[in-house]
Parts: sequence; structure tokens; C-alpha cells
Amino acid sequence: MSNQFKRISIRISSLAVLLLLAACATVPPDAGNNPRDPYERINRQTYAFNDHLDRYLIKPVAQGYNWVLPEVVRHCVNNGFANIFEVRNAVNDLLQAKPSGAATDLGRLAINSTLGVAGCFDFATGMGLERRHEDFGLTLARWGAGTGPYLVLPVFGPSDVRDGIGLAADAYTNPITYTQVAPVVARNSLFGTYVVDTRASLVEATKLIEQIALDPYQFERDAYLQRRYSLEYEGNPPPPKLEDVGDPAPAAPAPATPAPATPVPAPAPEGGGAAPVQPTPPEPSPPSPTPPEPSPPSPAPAEPSPAQPSPVQPPPGNQR
Amino acid sequence: MMIASPAMRRAILFGALCAVVVVLQPARAAETASPAEQGPDALVQSVSIEVLDAIKADPALRNGNFDKLQKLIDDKVAPHVNFDKMTRLAVGPGWRQATPEQRQELIKEFRIYVVRTYSGALSRVTDHQVKMRPLRAQPGDTDVMVRTLVAPSNGDPIQLDYRMEKTEAGWKMYDVTILGVSLVETFRNSFATVVNQSGVDGLIKALADRNKQLAASSGKS
Repeated sequence: MSNQFKRISIRISSLAVLLLLAACATVPPDAGNNPRDPYERINRQTYAFNDHLDRYLIKPVAQGYNWVLPEVVRHCVNNGFANIFEVRNAVNDLLQAKPSGAATDLGRLAINSTLGVAGCFDFATGMGLERRHEDFGLTLARWGAGTGPYLVLPVFGPSDVRDGIGLAADAYTNPITYTQVAPVVARNSLFGTYVVDTRASLVEATKLIEQIALDPYQFERDAYLQRRYSLEYEGNPPPPKLEDVGDPAPAAPAPATPAPATPVPAPAPEGGGAAPVQPTPPEPSPPSPTPPEPSPPSPAPAEPSPAQPSPVQPPPGNQR
Repeated sequence: MMIASPAMRRAILFGALCAVVVVLQPARAAETASPAEQGPDALVQSVSIEVLDAIKADPALRNGNFDKLQKLIDDKVAPHVNFDKMTRLAVGPGWRQATPEQRQELIKEFRIYVVRTYSGALSRVTDHQVKMRPLRAQPGDTDVMVRTLVAPSNGDPIQLDYRMEKTEAGWKMYDVTILGVSLVETFRNSFATVVNQSGVDGLIKALADRNKQLAASSGKS
């Protein structure tokens, strides 16, 4: 009895420590100005919590996992989980009226589960059946749902309102949920393995991001939103219109003018004095990334096959 | 007016055939263009293969020696990158406020930053293959997105797209998109925040500091 109490109190106190650390997250003064991230303040807190959870618990386990298990085994585990998710892919492809996508997913599932020994080996890709990614969040997108505000979920990380709902719904297409053998223990340990496996495969990528990103929270947010947008188009989003603000920089600064390094106010002539290249409307002053409006791709995009052009154009007037 | 005589009709038909052949000629001529006029996808393919082969061949590069990786990038990749445009796009609205000297500084620091990012990514490359995806562009386009898939020997392929622009010096790349995430777009957002908080000088300083930090830590990848 007292053992149980001790365990529970340890769990609660470590959770409390993590939450306290999260509360000390540095929130920049202009947080909440970004229209895509109105909950930035609380998102940053959750991000800090996740970051600590990752740093002190998940990453060390993942690194140990990488260290202990040979790459072949890790690939087997990774492929095995990916194979399980083919069910989710197939169901969502059907829900999105993409029958050939669903056929691909089911084909992959069949081949890899049998030939590939429960998904361990991925023979299907070699046979021309490429791995797809469809989940309920994308299904909602397909039928018109906008993403809603960006949300950082505890433990699960970057998401948004639509994808958060999708994540909950995806539990129903996950065979692991329905495991009948020693239900709770099996499910939890499978889930735990999945978390570690995913994290382990991302160790290198996250190291790079840590080094490069000026603001990791922002980097994760922007990367997540862009990635989801790209997935809505199955990896072929319309190229964003990047407004070019003007002339190339002059080849060399004029040596004669002892120009001080103080920033020149905005009305100053640009570069060579020519008008800006594109007659785009002025950039709004808050640093909002102006991604496409939540109004999503118009319904019934044709099923993309490799030769087909991108079937959907975002509504006119959308600029990124 | 009487229709042309059979002989004349034959001549007209022959003339039309010639016209058709002449019209088709330019297409054939384009296929035999000199290397300097390579299409953007051919250019991306040859550069990618060169870089991957160089990494496979040199154990120092495979182990992530940053100096060598940076030299590789400067030699093989940088000539095909439009750093001016990339910096302009990444800095965004702040560019208008910047003086010419600041712009030079920005281009310089951003170039180091991008090369370091790219070499960081390349240092994780072991034996990857590049597969080109079909280029969706009209023949006359001057701004295209070249799409590739970089696949490790075991693992999921990574989507890597390049936005290229045709200049007098050939096709130049100005944005890289990994798994749908555009580097310019992502940097643009974070740079805008820094510029808002501490101006263009603050951005230059942030980049310079980060570059120094990365250079110092490049001993341990």
C-alpha cells in the first residue's frame, strides 16, 4: 500500500517539476500576434513542458534504444509500425474517395505482412507501391475543414485543432487499440515502443534543428504547418508565392559615402531606385506568415497519379 | 477563282509539310543543348549525383567533417544557388529597411548559415539515392520547382524540392523544400520576428552569433 503511495507521489512530484519548468518558458513579448497561432503563450508553455519531458525522459531512452539495438532491428520495428498504420492510410483514403490510394495501402499491407514478415521488411516499395500518409486530420481537410489555430499538445507535440481531432479519431483505425491479448499491458508497451521508435528515428534531425533554428518553437510550428499543408496535396502543394521585395543588393557599397550603419527608415529609396519587382500589396507589419486561408482545397481534387498536374489551385487571392 | 491545279496542290502540301518539320525542329534542337543550357531538372540531377558520389567516395565526408563538407558545397552546389535572392526572400519586409551595407552583411551571414545547415543535413547522409520526380513546367517557364526524392538504402524517401529561376548565368536555385517545408518560408518567419524585436542589425548579429556558435561546435557533429 505504501509502495503504491510512494510511486504515485513520485509521479506527481516529477510531473509538478516538469510543469514548473514549463511555466518558466520564455514567451516573447509579441506572442499571440500571429493569426495562425493565437494561443502562442500557452503553446509555448506546453512546448517547454514537452521539451523537458523529451530531454529528461524520452530522448535518453531513444538514444539508449539506438545504442543497444542494431540498425537492422530498428528498421524492422519501424517498418512494422508503419505497416500497422497502413490500415489508417487505407481507411482514410477510402474516406477521401481515393480508391487507388486505398488499393495501394491495402496492397502494401498484404505484401509486407506476408512476404515482409509482419511488416518487418518493406518489399512493397520495391514493387512500385509507394508508402502513403493519410490520417483523419487530412480527411477532414479534404472535406473542407480548415486547420484552426495551432496547438501544441502535451506529449504529442505540434498539432492544430483539426489534426488534434484527427489524432483522437485515428485511435479507431489503429489495430493496436483493439488488441485483445492482455489488453492494457500490451497496448501500453506497444505504444511506448512506438514512441521510442519514432523518437529514435528523429534523433539526428532534431539535433540539426537544435543547432540551426533561431527559435525552436517557431521552427517546429512553421515546419509542422507547412508539412501538413503539403500532405493535403499529397506532397505536391502549389508553389508558394514568395514576394520578392526588390532589387538585388548593389554589387559593392559605394566606398566614398561614409554611410553610418544605422538602419534607414522604410521610405528610403530601395537599392537602385527602381520600383519593387512585383506589384504585391504591402507586407502586413506583424510577422504573420500569411499562409493560405483555412479555406482548403476545393472538393474533388482528381486523384494524383505521377503524370498528372497538380489538380487543385487555392482560391485566388491567397498568397503565402 | 479556280482551285489550284493538282501540281500546285502538291506544292502547297509539300510546303505545309516543310513548315511542320521546321516547327518541330526547335524542340529537337533543345534536346541537344549544350551543358550550359541544361534544363533545371538535369542540372539538379547532375549536381545531386555529384555531391552524393563525392560523399560516398570520401570517408572524411561521410563522417561529417564540416570543413570538407562546406568546401564540397561551395565548390559543387553554391555556383548554382542565387544567394542574393534567397537572402532577400528570407529576410522579407526587413530587406526594405536595410542599408546596402546591411544587405551585404545579411547576404554574407545568411550564406554561411545556409551552407552550414546544408552541410549539417549532408553529414547525416550515408548512401542515399536521388530519384527525380516528373518536372511539371511549360517549356518557356523561368521559375520552376524541381522535385526529387532522396531515398536512403533502407528507410522512407525524403521529398526534396528546389525552386529554380532562370537567369543569364543559367538556372539558379533560391529555395529548398524538405518534406514540404520550405527553408526560405521558415527562415522568413523567424527572421521577421528578430527584425521586429531588434531591427536589421539585430538580425545580422543573431545570424553572426549563431554562425560563430556553429563553427565552434563543428568539431563535434
